[in-house]
Amino acid sequence: MSEAVVHQGVTAGPYEPSLFGTYSKKIGMWLFLLSDSLTFGALLYAYSYGRISTPNWPTPFHSESIRNATLMTAFLLTSSLTMVLAVRASVFGDGKTQRWWLLATMLCGTGFIILHGREWSNLIAEGLTLPMFPSVPGHHAATEFADVSKTVPQFPATFFGLTGMHMLHVTIGVIYLGIVAFRKKFIPVLLVLWLIAWLATPAYSPFHYGAHVLLVAAIVCGIILWLKPKVYDSSDVEVAGLYWHFVDLVWMFIFPLVYLMSTKII
Amino acid sequence: MDATQLELEQEVAEQHRHHTKAQFFYVWGALLVLTGIEVYLGYQNMEPVRMLSILMGLSLIKAGLIIAYFMHMKYEVSQMKWLTMSSLVICLALMCIFFPDAFRILKLGAR
Repeated sequence: MSEAVVHQGVTAGPYEPSLFGTYSKKIGMWLFLLSDSLTFGALLYAYSYGRISTPNWPTPFHSESIRNATLMTAFLLTSSLTMVLAVRASVFGDGKTQRWWLLATMLCGTGFIILHGREWSNLIAEGLTLPMFPSVPGHHAATEFADVSKTVPQFPATFFGLTGMHMLHVTIGVIYLGIVAFRKKFIPVLLVLWLIAWLATPAYSPFHYGAHVLLVAAIVCGIILWLKPKVYDSSDVEVAGLYWHFVDLVWMFIFPLVYLMSTKII
Repeated sequence: MDATQLELEQEVAEQHRHHTKAQFFYVWGALLVLTGIEVYLGYQNMEPVRMLSILMGLSLIKAGLIIAYFMHMKYEVSQMKWLTMSSLVICLALMCIFFPDAFRILKLGAR
């Protein structure tokens, strides 16, 4: 007779309790976050290297940009608060409140992406660009930014690399929370958002192509939900929360290093 | 599902039930205040290295608050705390090896 005890779908497995005193999903997410923090660490160090070794490092962020970035920071900090409240609601088994807090977190994250996208578009229109970005037709770049792109190419390269990587993480985070909160009902929403983002952005905007991230995410999430349909419980909400807080945490270093250290003081 | 895993999930959920909402609001308020101080400092005409040190110090405090309270690390067992945080700090500190080179380039002057 098998020694495995089966009780309400729960099997007493042969595994010892974890050294880390928590469940595997959470340890897995922590390991992923540790590796991801090295990715961001490398990008932040690359930015700092350029900042130190380049005497004429530009300081292009005037007060409007700083106000925008401060508002973005407030959005992310508030989203972290709503995320812990979602986790709290989930451990009390309050599914409805949990979904509302997750939705609030997603809205704050979306607000962050929109503000960040607007700022990128303004900077690109003013001439701060990368060679891979298509030029804005019929537009003459402001001299200051056009000069920056030519004389200190490290600045746009590290700025767009670092903030773009972070924006991608926030986007993935919003999708992740959407799937945890609404499961397969979120996929049509994702497809509508993809169509809006793709059709509403001009062809010369990097977001015109970046919008395809949403299409790829819809396909990947569809496959995952088809292969392993399940109701997400409080442990899944907590693990998703870890990812979300990490995204917030990384911004706490990007904001002072990239924006505040490059403030234009008049 | 494995019983050990389920038991651990329930234990963690039980820990979460003891956290008050007020604690999260205090941490959120502290994070907003620290951000406000950072923005104020950003407009001070300070020497870059000094400003960088202060801003990074404040960012580390903010990161600590997020990891400890929002990411629940304060309530994890000590093995989890030490192994994850020490490995991260060591790996990030090793990357500092590039900075002497950046200063060397600066002293050579732009060519």
